[in-house]
Amino acid sequence: MSDHLEAVLGERDAADPTVGDVEIQNYTINFGPQHPAAHGVLRLVMELDGEIVERVDPHVGLLHRGTEKLIEYKTYMQALPYFDRLDYCSPMCMEHTYVLAVEKLLDLEVPLRAQYLRVFFAELTRIMNHMLNLGSHVMDVGAMTPNLWLFELREDTMGFYERASGARMHAAYFRPGGVHQDVPLKLLADIGDWLDTRLPRLFDDAISLVADNRIFKQRNVDIGVVSRDDAIKWGFSGPMIRGSGLAWDLRKSQPYDAYARVNFDVPVGTRGDCYDRFMVRVEEVKQSARIMKQCLNDMPDGPISSLDRKVVPPKRGEMKRSMEALIHHFKLYTEGFHVPAGDVYVATESPKGEFGVYLVADGSNKPYRCKIRPTAFSHLQAMDFMLKGHMLADATAVLGAMDIVFGECDR
Amino acid sequence: MRAPAPAYTANDGVIDAAAVALGGSLLSSLDAVGEVALTVDRDSLVATMIALRDTPGLEYQQLMEIAGVDYPERADRFEVVYCLLSLTRNHRIRVHVQTDEEKPVPSVTGIWPVAGWLEREVYDMYGVLFSGNPDLRRILTDYGFRGHPQRKDFPLSGFVELRYSEEAKRVVYEPVKLAQDFRTFDFESPWEGAQYTLPGDEKASLPEAKGAPTPLKADEIVKADAAKSEAKGPAGDPKTTDTPAQTGAGKAGPDEGPKPADPDVNPTPGKGQNQ
Repeated sequence: MSDHLEAVLGERDAADPTVGDVEIQNYTINFGPQHPAAHGVLRLVMELDGEIVERVDPHVGLLHRGTEKLIEYKTYMQALPYFDRLDYCSPMCMEHTYVLAVEKLLDLEVPLRAQYLRVFFAELTRIMNHMLNLGSHVMDVGAMTPNLWLFELREDTMGFYERASGARMHAAYFRPGGVHQDVPLKLLADIGDWLDTRLPRLFDDAISLVADNRIFKQRNVDIGVVSRDDAIKWGFSGPMIRGSGLAWDLRKSQPYDAYARVNFDVPVGTRGDCYDRFMVRVEEVKQSARIMKQCLNDMPDGPISSLDRKVVPPKRGEMKRSMEALIHHFKLYTEGFHVPAGDVYVATESPKGEFGVYLVADGSNKPYRCKIRPTAFSHLQAMDFMLKGHMLADATAVLGAMDIVFGECDR
Repeated sequence: MRAPAPAYTANDGVIDAAAVALGGSLLSSLDAVGEVALTVDRDSLVATMIALRDTPGLEYQQLMEIAGVDYPERADRFEVVYCLLSLTRNHRIRVHVQTDEEKPVPSVTGIWPVAGWLEREVYDMYGVLFSGNPDLRRILTDYGFRGHPQRKDFPLSGFVELRYSEEAKRVVYEPVKLAQDFRTFDFESPWEGAQYTLPGDEKASLPEAKGAPTPLKADEIVKADAAKSEAKGPAGDPKTTDTPAQTGAGKAGPDEGPKPADPDVNPTPGKGQNQ
């Protein structure tokens, strides 16, 4: 009998692993590239031990379009619309960084009204971005209704985009020197009404469904915790670094355009988990609304773009009447303006974090090199240590709280 | 600075502090367009970065970006640019390192783990090697991609294109076929230092063709029959019209005589083209 028992215990049979020692192998699965919670084309190669994630290897680049290479073949103005197509959830914030970089190289003065308009629309863009991100985050962890309500608001912001620039998403509204055209007074009045009535009511309703919800908290609290040191080492920025408790906001610490003239608070988290990052974004929406109201009050009248005719082309009506304007119009829309040689790294606080442009000019009418610093690159890279030891289902919560858009990540 | 770009702490004293902290590994420094750029020695890059991070007064805690730039005319054609940010001092700085296709740059993944993907991207786009990076794979380009697309000598249209083949039932790769040649329009003004020769301008350097306009100025031109006209000597009396008789009225003019034959006139009589 004992002989038989020993024989059975020592046996290793692949066909019947219940016999003898059980072989346990880690299981590798593909999350994406087509997955509704991947927010685009993300492929995560995950190594699982049962349902526990052991290792994550994100494969990016499936949406790589060679934007940086294309920009080297375009004039400075032709390169601008490419930025709308980077983070297509917050187009004007992408343009903002680029126009600031070009203006820095040109040392171009921008009228105050243009600065206020840019801040105003950058904050509208922040609201637009957060509506999508907060909504999809709650949907990824199981709630349906808030997403639908937040999409209502997002639709409103896109309507405002269209009334300001003519396009719902790819606005190309910010230009080196200011903005493309002035906004009608009725639009500002309508946005003011929207900020006072519709946005707070609908937004607070939607968030009240999840902010104190037991299921939502179970899915987010203490998930994907990032310490302050890790956040610094991994190059975090935006809501990701603020969620970890660092009050770092480029709008506050390195103000650009009219941000130095407006008051707002920087929300920070305490624990550095997915719930903190979510709530930081919720508060940012309210602060954005506050900034927009201040812009409406303080925005002066005046020109909406620089009057330097060697950079900013004249309006069409003027071009039809003045010979000099016609020459400028023709030259700027064919040859474009020349930017003095030099290189700058300009970073702004996009809704997702620090979005930077490293622009190298060689004195010609085209950028020599335009390196785009996506926010997603450093955040997505941290997936591996953030998910280690978590359940497979937490991957969507971590990903949702990171706020990643692949147009910007892959460029 | 008049432009409304992000305003951080002034650059005063940063270069001096960096020069003290880095010593000989600092090759050159530049404070231009409101930004500080340090060019440092490649081999001691890791020590440089640690010094920049830990020296009080510099304190660049975060690595935000690594950018590659290609300057094909240089001996070390690639430049790797590290953009650092100090959260405590609220300041930015750029660190430049030069290399070529073969000389590896020491990896800074030991200091900032975020450098892992950033270095992978520079490797993918330029082919710059990073020694010490544990995972130097391609990142943005396709699986199995060949070449480094951000190099200046890589064509914009690339070399292969792919499509789904109904016969093969899979995605197939083919050499790029453009229905129309790739056209790049150059609108740069030829009066403002364009580096190329305009069509037709290449003739300027060639020797003068027969029958071409002379390069001489008007007062340098000597007529072929100058010697003959000189031989006639100066004219006698100067021409004056002091009296009515001298006006030439009533005299036979030069029209009176037989006209010289005009080679352009067809002598055929009475047959115009409309008849």
